[in-house]
Amino acid sequence: MTEFHTERALGEGQAPTFYLTEEHHPEGSTMLGFWLYLMSDCLIFAVLFATHAVLGRNYAAGPSPADLFDLPLVAVNTSMLLFSSITYGFAMLAMERYEKKATLAWMAVTALFGTAFVGLELYEFAHLIHEGAGPQRSAFLSSFFTLVGTHGLHVTAGIVWMFVLMAQVAKRGLIAENKRRLMCLSMFWHFLDVVWIGVFSFVYLMGVLG
Amino acid sequence: MSTHAPSHEDAFQAHHGHSHGQDAGHGTLKSYVTGFVLSVILTAIPFWLVMADVLDSALLTAAIIMALGAVQIVVHMVFFLHMNTRSEGGWTMMALIFTILLVAIALSGSLWVMHHLNTNMMPMSPEMMKNMP
Repeated sequence: MTEFHTERALGEGQAPTFYLTEEHHPEGSTMLGFWLYLMSDCLIFAVLFATHAVLGRNYAAGPSPADLFDLPLVAVNTSMLLFSSITYGFAMLAMERYEKKATLAWMAVTALFGTAFVGLELYEFAHLIHEGAGPQRSAFLSSFFTLVGTHGLHVTAGIVWMFVLMAQVAKRGLIAENKRRLMCLSMFWHFLDVVWIGVFSFVYLMGVLG
Repeated sequence: MSTHAPSHEDAFQAHHGHSHGQDAGHGTLKSYVTGFVLSVILTAIPFWLVMADVLDSALLTAAIIMALGAVQIVVHMVFFLHMNTRSEGGWTMMALIFTILLVAIALSGSLWVMHHLNTNMMPMSPEMMKNMP
């Protein structure tokens, strides 16, 4: 098939193509494969949660969660991620209606909320380190920074992916490939929100409870 | 086969227009808004419980926080991730159940082992503590 294509293309006086110009991805497998990736990512977070569960009370005579955590800030942070989840949902709905502008706009709003989340988290980290409660202070803080930091890195990667996809959608429109990518990012983004439920419940709220 | 050369996007669309397996990701405005409202409620209650110090028993508060967290995870799975037993022929659900099993083993196993280790550890005297590296 490829060879035939090449000959025909050459016949028309064009440069030969030595790769399959008609990509054929069996559609269903991408979503399943991405889901399996998310499940393996889930295991990474499970291990970090287990570490925090074991080390979370080892303060080494240092500050405890009740001394450190600013719950109103965490509540604002949580709402940022929740808002970004529903705005990405709106982007997906706009994508289904093939409204390119609306899709891009909702993605931009999602990226904005995501950036606000990461910004607040970095502010919190900087504040903690400034107070002398850095990751090297105690086992509790080591596991806290590792768990929350890993989640923050994931969100950051999601924001970068969001901008890359926005450029692709802006350039090539809502073609099947871009729709598939948007759906993968949708799963990734909502998955990060699910992990954050565990973080604010288990690390922040249960930590402050003592 | 490759007689139709015009813009292979169209060919792709025509070939994959009948989205098979993709229906896992389709939500409606109603499902997203329902999920969002439920999530806001399920997030607000635990924050209120801790910040306003509503209940006397910390144990009961902790139990409620974890229970509401679990409910909210299910809400996200259903309304945002559109999980169901049919998507991808049931394989996503199978992978999810397997992952939950592994997570349960990792979490409960770690806590169990480390708790025993803590309990059976030789008590440390202040003398030993001082000479620690």
